[in-house]
Amino acid sequence: MVGKSSSIKILGIETSCDESAAAIVENGNRILSNIVASQIDIHAQYGGIVPEIASRQHLLTIIPVLNKAMAEAKVTWQEITGIAVTFGPGLAGSLLVGVNTAKAIALAEQLPLAGVNHLEAHIYANWLKKEQPPQFPCLCLIVSGGHSDLVLMKNHGQFKKLGRTRDDAAGEAFDKAARILGLAYPGGPAIEEAAQYGTPSLLLPRAWLSGTHDFSFSGLKTALWHYAQRGGNLATASSVANAAASFQYAVVDVLVTKTIEAAKELEVKQILLSGGVAANKLLTQRFLNSSSLPVLVPPPHLCTDNAAMVAACGYHHFQAHKTNNYELDVVPDLTLG
Amino acid sequence: MLRIEVGSTFEVKPLKINSYSSEQTQLLGSHLGKLAQKGDVFLLMGDLGAGKTCLTQGITQGLGSKEQALSPSFVIVRQYHGRLPLYHIDLYRLDHIAEIVNLGLDEYLYNGGVCVVEWPERGLQLLPENNLLIKISYVPEDETKRIIHLEPKGEHYSELIRQLEPVLDKDRAWN
Repeated sequence: MVGKSSSIKILGIETSCDESAAAIVENGNRILSNIVASQIDIHAQYGGIVPEIASRQHLLTIIPVLNKAMAEAKVTWQEITGIAVTFGPGLAGSLLVGVNTAKAIALAEQLPLAGVNHLEAHIYANWLKKEQPPQFPCLCLIVSGGHSDLVLMKNHGQFKKLGRTRDDAAGEAFDKAARILGLAYPGGPAIEEAAQYGTPSLLLPRAWLSGTHDFSFSGLKTALWHYAQRGGNLATASSVANAAASFQYAVVDVLVTKTIEAAKELEVKQILLSGGVAANKLLTQRFLNSSSLPVLVPPPHLCTDNAAMVAACGYHHFQAHKTNNYELDVVPDLTLG
Repeated sequence: MLRIEVGSTFEVKPLKINSYSSEQTQLLGSHLGKLAQKGDVFLLMGDLGAGKTCLTQGITQGLGSKEQALSPSFVIVRQYHGRLPLYHIDLYRLDHIAEIVNLGLDEYLYNGGVCVVEWPERGLQLLPENNLLIKISYVPEDETKRIIHLEPKGEHYSELIRQLEPVLDKDRAWN
């Protein structure tokens, strides 16, 4: 790579969904700064209601977030080697803020630009803070609010999609279950918290979709809804805890069983988890207990949306000379593999 | 619950359909997808798990897309590519009208495609007055049965219902 020095510092920018984020990552694995908008008191800075979703919030937050990322990393623009930005999948308006910010800086500072797939970036969270990089081929399970994808990664930039959800994503299923049980949003952490005090005593259906690597969680959600509607026992905290534990157990059961099956079938070396749902402790625990292969899981703050993963992914794009020009456009329905 | 006022003499009565399986709900969706025209807006109401995404999967197929429609609840908008673009929008996660305005709803509504909007109650004042309201309800005694009401607002959607009726009549699957 066109080296300014042996230290390659990539600025990552992420605005695909709720979070505006910027990060500086050195040599694809060392985080120099990793800023997510919710960490800054934007409300105090601008006053009034800041919409949580959509492009306006990103417009307000992206520059303060960028400045903070640069300041925390203690770097100047001259020390940055390239800019990586998420260009899809996500909301068009939100993605545009990140992509146009990245293009403007690339132009002003004469820096190379790499458009990064948000799903690919999630996988690269497994490269961060690691001396030993993951080994190929590996099987990647990306589970978040918007995605439940099982992807075979043969090498950097080589992906084959094996399966994905046919209806609700895993994180979405948690959100909806939390709504049925009267728990908080986001549902993942709320269900996990409630489940701590319960046992999975309720038998809920699993959609195995045998012969495919796809997932389906809508039947499970509907079963819980019917249980609640039929006057299922949800009156006490302990009965809600049991229902939460049962729901969590069913989702985790399907994710773990199907992923390990696929890993055996494809003879991969490792299983890589990523996405917000990978922060679920039961999921990681069940994987570590059930898999004979090594299972890699990023720390929780790198499982949820962040820009360090975008910078780490961008590093490998630059290494492979995969750069974009100023015509880079957003692709809201981008897929991986 | 939203009441649709019948303001025009041209408007047809709401259509009530029983569905006994997710396949039947999808089939109804695919008929709607085949009849859908540029700029059409379908508002979709129903409880969790009633089959809103399922119906939209049918609409996507009816529009000739090979893609599988997924729930848009978390990502808010999903887009599919049939003979017309389909924008599948879910307003559930948006708490304030300002958020829906900022979402750029108009860019989807007036973009020459078909819009399916879930949880339209959250932003009715931002949605076109003329639309097809689709309500999917559970039936207490039967877990797989759903009652689907189609309520057209405006002449264009009344005509769509007139075209849909003979198609449904031909369908043996429907009672």
